[in-house]
Amino acid sequence: MDIHHMATNVLLRDPSIDWTNLDNHRKAGGFEAVKKAFSMDADEIINETKRSNLRGRGGAGFPTGVKWGFVPKQSEKPKYLAVNADEGEPGTFKDRYWLRKDPYPLIEGCIICAYALGINTTYIYIRGEFLEEIRIVEKCIEQCRRAGLLGKNILGSGFDMECWVHPGAGAYICGEETAMLSSLEGKAGQPKLKPPFPAVEGLFRCPTVVNNVETLVCIPLIIQNGGKWFADLGTDRNGGPKVFGVSGHVKRPGLYEFPLGVNLKDVIYKHCGGILNDRKLKAVIPGGSSCPVLTPDEIDIPADFDSFKVVGSMLGTAGVIVIAEPTPLIEVLLRIARFYAHESCGQCTPCREGTGWMVRILENIRKGLATKKEIGLLMDAATKIEGNTICALGDAAAWPVKSFLQKFPDEFSRYLVDAA
Amino acid sequence: MGIQFTPEIEAQFKSLLPRYPNKLAALIPTLYLAQEQFGYLRPEVMEYVAQRLDLPASQVLNTATFYTMLHKKPVGRYHIEVCTNVSCYLRGCDDVLEALQKKLSIECGETTADGLFTLDEVQCLAACGTAPVMCVNRIYRENLTPDEAVKIVDGLNKSTKP
Ligand SMILES: Cc1cc2nc3c(=O)[nH]c(=O)nc-3n(C[C@H](O)[C@H](O)[C@H](O)COP(=O)(O)O)c2cc1C
Repeated sequence: MDIHHMATNVLLRDPSIDWTNLDNHRKAGGFEAVKKAFSMDADEIINETKRSNLRGRGGAGFPTGVKWGFVPKQSEKPKYLAVNADEGEPGTFKDRYWLRKDPYPLIEGCIICAYALGINTTYIYIRGEFLEEIRIVEKCIEQCRRAGLLGKNILGSGFDMECWVHPGAGAYICGEETAMLSSLEGKAGQPKLKPPFPAVEGLFRCPTVVNNVETLVCIPLIIQNGGKWFADLGTDRNGGPKVFGVSGHVKRPGLYEFPLGVNLKDVIYKHCGGILNDRKLKAVIPGGSSCPVLTPDEIDIPADFDSFKVVGSMLGTAGVIVIAEPTPLIEVLLRIARFYAHESCGQCTPCREGTGWMVRILENIRKGLATKKEIGLLMDAATKIEGNTICALGDAAAWPVKSFLQKFPDEFSRYLVDAA
Repeated sequence: MGIQFTPEIEAQFKSLLPRYPNKLAALIPTLYLAQEQFGYLRPEVMEYVAQRLDLPASQVLNTATFYTMLHKKPVGRYHIEVCTNVSCYLRGCDDVLEALQKKLSIECGETTADGLFTLDEVQCLAACGTAPVMCVNRIYRENLTPDEAVKIVDGLNKSTKP
């Protein structure tokens, strides 16, 4: 894996050290944050997390401390933590870093979250393709058990927590939190209507927190250094550093750590060395394949959740896909459209049928069989999917189609039978 | 011969159960174990899993059919999966796929006549920074060129599992 130099250096650590070795991790101050958390009370931990302005790193950017606040304090039923390590959104490859190279900060984050919310069981849901990563995380969990860092009476605190890895089995939809919980229960991964939200009724119908890997990795840093420290690293309401995964036509693709608010153009031209073979930039998908595409004129902006909204896109997972000339954008959009059609779980008619329609229309356009009317039909299909499905997969399928057609109309109209 | 887990798989199966509050939750990991031993999930294997977990066979079938990594059909000894999503496309995965198709003389979704290789096109494998990427029996091979992909296939042991 390719890990490049980092600006803040707290999320991605020195690649020359084996961080899957527990001794190395402890020598570098590992589990000090857990000890500190055990000396705090639950509300203090939640408040510190709120103060940090940490927003969920799984794509939606929901404030983590606020989400934790939704979990009932008193519960007759057990409560669960379910870690989302499904990493499925095309262009996203960040969580694999912690699973593969540095799992202990994740385990620490799980312990602290569980302690604060009164949870005694954590499941880490790792996509099935990550076979090696599953083995590595399981080995690290076992090391923690032996060292008294997981299981009964962790570090003599009186707090118990067990942690298990649960494998996914090849379904992108299982990254959606309610689908993930169904999958964890042994069922087909089909999303459910919310409410009830998982925090109230989730895994095994019990209160459940779902957090992304990177979100939890931030927790020990917040506890150790304080919420304010973390918040100050980012921008207003967008706390902390963030790992960006840059792929496609840049000279140095890979993972990079930046404070939120880093300039997107700088990421591409300074940190990633610019465009491959010095070709001309054509388009940027800023946060994983579902995020509306940006033109080269739109990228001189701070990369955080709120600033990307201003230009009509999203930070998403910060998986930046860089596309240079002379790539045919219809080919890019087709791959995206095929992906969502393939991964639609089939529950909601607009998504099940609409995603297939979008693929077929795009294929017809590319084959030179379509007329202007079909561009309209494609836009119509996207518009009718958006907002009309149980989960956001439908939106994720619609947004790229709409944004590519709006921002790059010539890339599609040139194939039309009745092109001007 | 009746279907039964080997002692080693049986031990792994037994270790799964205490992790969950019910047996259904152990289904997917158990299906992986069954697949490891029996190659793919033919109907008798699914029935065996159902019986071991006290589940209706229909539940096992329902779950197994939802997930692409749970194989309902036989796959070759080497399952080669090439990502053809955006980031890999931008980095030349179509050439990698074509080279492999030529090398193995099969199309995507097919298995070679000797049962050694199955070639599949897959969705994003989450290794976009090192595209193009393929998996051979779930082991990632990254930063590929068409030549390297062919070399990897050439290097696979044709007599035993890696
Ligand atoms: C179709 C779909 C796929 C998703 N895939 C993932 C994923 O692979 N990993 C992830 O962490 N979140 C994914 N999410 C977001 C989750 O539903 C959820 O918001 C997230 O795990 C919450 O964690 P966070 O608040 O820490 O970000 C997906 C959402 C949708 C609608």
